[in-house]
Amino acid sequence: MQVYLDNAATTKMDKTVADIMQTYFLDKFANPSSIHHQGEEVYNDVEEDKDKVAKILNANPKNLIFTGSASEANNFIIKGIARANKDKGKHIIVSEIEHPCVLGPAKELVKEGFKISYAPVDKKGRIKMSELEKMISDDTLLVSIMTANNEVGTIQDIKKIARLVKKSGAYFHTDAVQAVPYLEIDIKDLGVDFLTLSSHKFHGPKGVGMAYIDRSVKINPLISGGEQNDGLRAGTLDVAGIIGFSKALELAYRNRDKKIAKIKELRDYFLNEINKNIKDVHLNGHEKFRLENNINLRFNGVEGEAILMDLSNQGICVSTGSACSAKNLRTSYVLQALKIDSKYLNSNVRFSLSKNTTKAELDYTVKRLTETVKRLRSFSPIK
Amino acid sequence: MALNYTKKTLNHFLKPKNIGEIKNADAYAEIGNMVCGDQLNFTIKVEKGKIKDIKFLSFGCASNIATASIMTEKVKGMSLEEARNYDWNKIVSDLGGLPQQKVHCSIMAVDGLKKVINNYEDKKGAKKELKKDVKKKNIK
Repeated sequence: MQVYLDNAATTKMDKTVADIMQTYFLDKFANPSSIHHQGEEVYNDVEEDKDKVAKILNANPKNLIFTGSASEANNFIIKGIARANKDKGKHIIVSEIEHPCVLGPAKELVKEGFKISYAPVDKKGRIKMSELEKMISDDTLLVSIMTANNEVGTIQDIKKIARLVKKSGAYFHTDAVQAVPYLEIDIKDLGVDFLTLSSHKFHGPKGVGMAYIDRSVKINPLISGGEQNDGLRAGTLDVAGIIGFSKALELAYRNRDKKIAKIKELRDYFLNEINKNIKDVHLNGHEKFRLENNINLRFNGVEGEAILMDLSNQGICVSTGSACSAKNLRTSYVLQALKIDSKYLNSNVRFSLSKNTTKAELDYTVKRLTETVKRLRSFSPIK
Repeated sequence: MALNYTKKTLNHFLKPKNIGEIKNADAYAEIGNMVCGDQLNFTIKVEKGKIKDIKFLSFGCASNIATASIMTEKVKGMSLEEARNYDWNKIVSDLGGLPQQKVHCSIMAVDGLKKVINNYEDKKGAKKELKKDVKKKNIK
């Protein structure tokens, strides 16, 4: 049996999305920047779909810029805002559990004279609001805090954080890549200046990210040399990608409540079955403020990579933050930020569900997982 | 990043040889890696200067388990001297290669082997010293 429980890494594309995209590879292939009738037709299709996305997100379509990835979108926003507004301030705050594609550009800006502060989180991954408030100064230009964490699934109160940040006069960005469809993204209501999405996290194509940017704020392009997106992101529009993004987003929010309720029910069932069958298992992250599809568990006495490899050998795909799974052999900084005891840092596995997950798949996984943990514990020196 | 473990590595991980602890072992050693957090425990039984039996416990990744498994299989029956000089490169080649970031697992396995042999010899040496002391005392 093949079981895919790594949906926080990426999701399977919807057939409807793939079919629609196909049209733009094979038939409507013209360049939307061309002014002949074929180009015009493609241009209009892109604009129409941009409007659809804007409507779902309650945003001005002019403020949406499609990129080659969420990593590009985050780089564009963080570097672009910093470089264009140096006169306003040279202090940037990011949370300590941001994705590397937020931490990376922030670190790069240090070389350009910016100061970076890392907003701490509590043991369940929620931002410590009073600490964040203390960090914000007159020099703070931008604050970037993710909507939901990719490893442990903890959800932040973005509306509240945005309000706090905006009150100080700083700009606010949120990486909402993991949030669709689990949270409604109403940009006006959230009160954010910048927001990032990635289509492959919600059954759309890989290689398509989106940056929502408040166009009244100055921003430097990351990729220049073309008039596309008013010069803010040069390069021929990825027509099929944008259309695919739009369709995937539309489908993600269709029957959303029903879909999420099903995922939550399956997740709770899965967690309950694991607890019934395996001793010494602990849930990392928040019980309540948590993405419905995320389970991050600690299995005392065994190594996450070993669990992953054993399950993988039996057709089950999961993920781990253990040092052994990383190229640099470093334990997950997210779990470290949650102040998990160092002796447990390598014993964590993430299971992430999707609308495609079935009860039969979870039953199979519980069975295999129980055997695997039992086997590995049988020869572990750590009792 | 794909690890692409070899079939042999996976086999040793899924069905490791020589796991457990030897009862009444002649020596015991524990070794850990500060960077990745892995741990291996070895117990040995020595007879006529040779490794009669060796077992291990592991808190580690697939590669940690596989390297200890294949190494214990290979050094069983070896003289202590031979085993002490066991080359970690041999483990890597016996497994048909290891991902670059996993090569340190084989080094940790041979370090643990050296440690358990040293612990055995220290213990034996201490016993000899004790015997000498006893003899001296008797002469007096």
